[in-house]
Amino acid sequence: MAQAAEATGAKRRGKAASAPPMTQDQLLQAYRDMLLIRRFEEKAGQLYGMGLIGGFCHLYIGQEAVVVGMQACLEPGDQVITSYRDHGHMLATGMEARGVMAELTGRAGGYSRGKGGSMHMFSREKGFFGGHGIVGAQVSLGTGLAFANWYRESRNVSLTYFGEGASNQGQVFESFNLAALMKLPVIFIIENNKYGMGTSVERASASRDLSKNGAAWGIPGEQVNGMDVMAVKEAGERATAHCREGRGPYLLEMKTYRYRGHSMSDPAKYRTREEVQKMREQSDPIETARKLLLEGGLDEAALKKIDDEVKAVVQEAADFAQSSPEPDEAELWTDVLVEAR
Amino acid sequence: MGVEILMPALSPTMTEGKLARWLKKEGDAVKSGDVIAEIETDKATMEVEAVDEGTLTKIVVPEGTEGVAVNSPIAELDGGGAGGSKGTAPGQDTAMPQQPAPPAAASPEVGEVAKQAEDYGAVAQRGADRKEGAAKMGEAAAAPEKDWGPTKPMTVREALRDAMALEMRADDKVFLMGEEVAQYQGAYKISQGLLDEFGARRVIDTPITEHGFTGMAVGAAFTGLKPIVEFMTFNFSMQAIDQIINSAAKTLYMSGGQLGCPIVFRGPNGAAARVAAQHSQCYASWYAHVPGLKVVAPWSSADAKGLLRAAIRDPNPVIVLENEILYGHTFDCPTADDFIVPIGKAKVERAGKDVTIVAYSIAVTWAMQAAEELAKQGIEAEVINLRSIRPLDAETIAESVRKTNRLVTVEEGWPYANIGTEIAMQVMEAAFDWLDAPPVRVCGKDVPMPYAANLEKLALPTIPEIVDAVKRVTYK
Repeated sequence: MAQAAEATGAKRRGKAASAPPMTQDQLLQAYRDMLLIRRFEEKAGQLYGMGLIGGFCHLYIGQEAVVVGMQACLEPGDQVITSYRDHGHMLATGMEARGVMAELTGRAGGYSRGKGGSMHMFSREKGFFGGHGIVGAQVSLGTGLAFANWYRESRNVSLTYFGEGASNQGQVFESFNLAALMKLPVIFIIENNKYGMGTSVERASASRDLSKNGAAWGIPGEQVNGMDVMAVKEAGERATAHCREGRGPYLLEMKTYRYRGHSMSDPAKYRTREEVQKMREQSDPIETARKLLLEGGLDEAALKKIDDEVKAVVQEAADFAQSSPEPDEAELWTDVLVEAR
Repeated sequence: MGVEILMPALSPTMTEGKLARWLKKEGDAVKSGDVIAEIETDKATMEVEAVDEGTLTKIVVPEGTEGVAVNSPIAELDGGGAGGSKGTAPGQDTAMPQQPAPPAAASPEVGEVAKQAEDYGAVAQRGADRKEGAAKMGEAAAAPEKDWGPTKPMTVREALRDAMALEMRADDKVFLMGEEVAQYQGAYKISQGLLDEFGARRVIDTPITEHGFTGMAVGAAFTGLKPIVEFMTFNFSMQAIDQIINSAAKTLYMSGGQLGCPIVFRGPNGAAARVAAQHSQCYASWYAHVPGLKVVAPWSSADAKGLLRAAIRDPNPVIVLENEILYGHTFDCPTADDFIVPIGKAKVERAGKDVTIVAYSIAVTWAMQAAEELAKQGIEAEVINLRSIRPLDAETIAESVRKTNRLVTVEEGWPYANIGTEIAMQVMEAAFDWLDAPPVRVCGKDVPMPYAANLEKLALPTIPEIVDAVKRVTYK
């Protein structure tokens, strides 16, 4: 992981002549977006610990640079779809923290009015198509979003996220074939956080370089340092350009890391505390961005202001998620079928 | 004012645990994300991370303490962290509200998003107007079958093709995809001529990859397109059943009404002839079990044309169970441009006073033949063609049973938890007092379909079996 991360990072920095992938302002925005996800997830973990969030809750802490960097490459109408580790994606697409948090607590003010929960939220307005709980299913669905762009002859792109664990599912390869065959504008983004639940990627996948998993279908792929928001943005720009030019799918393997367990009840005994600590200290995407911002001339006070703003947003979301009422009992029977007009 | 750190629940079922070890001591500075303690549950040892930052001022529960209740304070942190920590300490006020909540209103942003679902020919139905599934007895009033005027003879195959062509002409969002649907003109020639008329953008040959292309079609439907997915046979839909149930059927509900899935899954269902166990299975029960799906099973050409048109226009996922043997059968079919058969309405194909026979798909043919046989013996059977499996037109069935007092169901699906089981139960609930005999199910035998011609014949319902069943319920 660290090796590959350094490799892409070095490659990026090696291109001294070209402009940096983000301006200082863009980086500041990315810092804010990543921090919001971090603080939101910490709060979600806390509310879970208090019994206010039930069931499954998969936190995105550590992987923030991936969605924030990719989102910076999108145009209106582009779509995002992912698995159950989805809170970060929602916030990155601009969905409101309070609506997401209230869904986590199962309240009427949640995006799915309390009927979806952590793994099932959607926003047509923000181009977010879920939130899917079956490992790998969103890959075919995301290919379908790209199909719709192809059918409508739009220049929009579907960002289809999945973990390295899901990358072994049969329908992922079926989707690679369909997308390549029809030249569909889909970016397959493998978020390789090294562990599918408790099984390391080395124990699950015979493929040692997941970015080459689409090679049989001629899908270009690259490994990206998913802990570096600039590197993600840079690769994302190449991928989106490829898709918008009608050249078919693109594959990005994001080398990333989740600090927390697979879900809340994961004791994470398959890796050492030192491994996690090392990653946090040496590769944290938010710390990295923070340092770059300070080097770029921003002062501590400005960053502190952002920290405070983000905390306030998350606190407001947590308050809303606890004060919003539970769904009305009549909601049990609604939204099973759409009634014809 | 300090912040209390509480004993966290580390799984949905945890109520207490052992505080195994403190990794921080009083006076230590704590950053968000620092591991501060280890907790043992009955399943595992877990780490507790700090959410807030500050200084650990007091350890309330010493390490080694067992049976520490979830949400009880275990330590205190001073509130020196940036931004304050208001509300992070859960007092009594953070307990889940136990009182019934006031009437739910979607949050403003959710309402707005829902409004933007303009691609759908519908809005999500909400409120208390539907207490239970529409399949419940006694809700729908039986309306007379509409007279559509002139008819002409047509095969079921042609009727299905015409239905797709009409809807594709009317709506550019409708397209057909599946194996061999385009250049080959359909494995069973259902899509004959469609590629020529609509081109390769709208009549799409897929590779043999049901799971992938079904998921792709469902994803396209989420954006408002209206795919028709042809399965070469419904047996192959099992490769894709996760996408049909978990993605197509459930997403509207899981999204609180935001994201519908206007899609049709169609193809031949059930036994053809001599194709053995893996290619001869009825999926009516499988799909009818699922809330969020509609399931229809046409018998005649009129059923096929009218129901498929209704299915394509429906804003929900609809399973259209066709029958390979019926494809070549000819029936009179209305020629009116606007001919359509509403989903959820059964048809009385033959009136009678002595017994009600309920059937769907090719079993209607068998029921009609049995009725003729029975007429020769002086028994007048009423034959109901279900047309829709879900929602079920239970009222038409109940009305018939109230007249005949006897019920026989006929289908080729297996007996266990089949559609006849459901019909019999609903008749019990709605018209028990009118029944003069226990209902009888005639169905496929409880075995995988054999290949040998004689065994295959034995495995499927026969006319004599239907006649015998009617005699049993009429005590003749």
